[in-house]
Amino acid sequence: MYTQALNITDKIRTAEDPADLARFQSRIDADDRIEPNDWMPAAYRRTLTRQISQHAHSEIVGQLPEGAWLTRAPSLRRKAALLAKVQDECGHGLYLYAAAETLGTSREALVDALLEGKAKYSSIFNYPTLTWADIGAVGWLVDGAAIMNQIPLCRCSYGPYARAMIRVCKEESFHQRQGYEIMLTLCAGTLEQKAMAQDALDRWWWPCLMMFGPPDGESQHSDQSTLWKIKRFSNDELRQKFVDATIPQAQKLGLTIPDPALVQDADGHWRYGAIDWEEFRQILAGNGPCNRERLATRRRSHEDGAWVREAAAAFAAKRAARQQAA
Amino acid sequence: MPTPDTTLWEVFIRSRNGLAHKHVGSLHAADATMALQAARDVYTRRGEGLSVWVVPSNAITASDPADKGMMFEPAESKIYRHPTFYDVPDDVGHM
Repeated sequence: MYTQALNITDKIRTAEDPADLARFQSRIDADDRIEPNDWMPAAYRRTLTRQISQHAHSEIVGQLPEGAWLTRAPSLRRKAALLAKVQDECGHGLYLYAAAETLGTSREALVDALLEGKAKYSSIFNYPTLTWADIGAVGWLVDGAAIMNQIPLCRCSYGPYARAMIRVCKEESFHQRQGYEIMLTLCAGTLEQKAMAQDALDRWWWPCLMMFGPPDGESQHSDQSTLWKIKRFSNDELRQKFVDATIPQAQKLGLTIPDPALVQDADGHWRYGAIDWEEFRQILAGNGPCNRERLATRRRSHEDGAWVREAAAAFAAKRAARQQAA
Repeated sequence: MPTPDTTLWEVFIRSRNGLAHKHVGSLHAADATMALQAARDVYTRRGEGLSVWVVPSNAITASDPADKGMMFEPAESKIYRHPTFYDVPDDVGHM
């Protein structure tokens, strides 16, 4: 579903041949794609390994807030759609892990880093889904923000990441539409249903704006990613695009954006109020409402699946041994 | 304890008859049967394919991109392999 601008470009430079570096940069500048076996600076490899694996972890952890409502969806149609969406998130995680692995870190090492709490995932998934309307809000807003961020990544300089993002983006628009449809239905329903939709918007709006990462002035590390064409737009540019696209959608629903400072300027852009970055920092530091629960759930799931992995490996070994004997 | 490694497979899908199988990505599975099932679930959730191949990644021998100059040089220097190398008068028509 999402990668967040948490990615810190490595400051440590290993000794690399300036001619190699110059050749690499000229390929990037010419919009050539970098493929797994090509020479690349160590920092490019580390930055991408971290960004793609964080993105993969976000997809995997992102199944949890929605998975909580699978057994409580209000109709079979909603349940089937939500199940398909959660399966897609899992699939997106797997495409992304595969892309990250092409940089030379094993799947198991990447997953272990998440389970050990060493790797980050998107802050948004540390918020709870309290009502059914939250499922609508997550699809509409969280996936909407994810799409804004992911479309430029389809042109990322690293080939396997760009290709994975093309697949993800194709599937993501169903997610946003199913979320918006849930909101439309609630907003056309009883007063209580509409109030539930408004409450979900009130709780998800600001965390969604934080998904784009810190303001441009504070994130010095985007520069190198921009130079390498991993990142094509700044955090604030993407955030503004999201706000401009979303406000008319909220108006259509008859809902109010929980921001009294919101005004449209002469160019048609919506100017939003101050974001509470302290809340964002707290979530990143592990102190959000669901941080501990999300990680505990992932660990439990991994441990519960250990016997399946062992059985599959034992069966494959037995079959291979028999084939060799025959 | 670190999670033990599971075999990596490359996945190829034929999207419709008449087209070749095309590489779509990779996945981990303990054996070929499970790799095929996982490929179905991961790469064909929206009717992307009629046929799937899975190949253990370590069975693929790849050329080294660093050698591409030497590897593909013979093709670079043989412009007479292209139809545009030959001059044919316009009034001969399309050939």
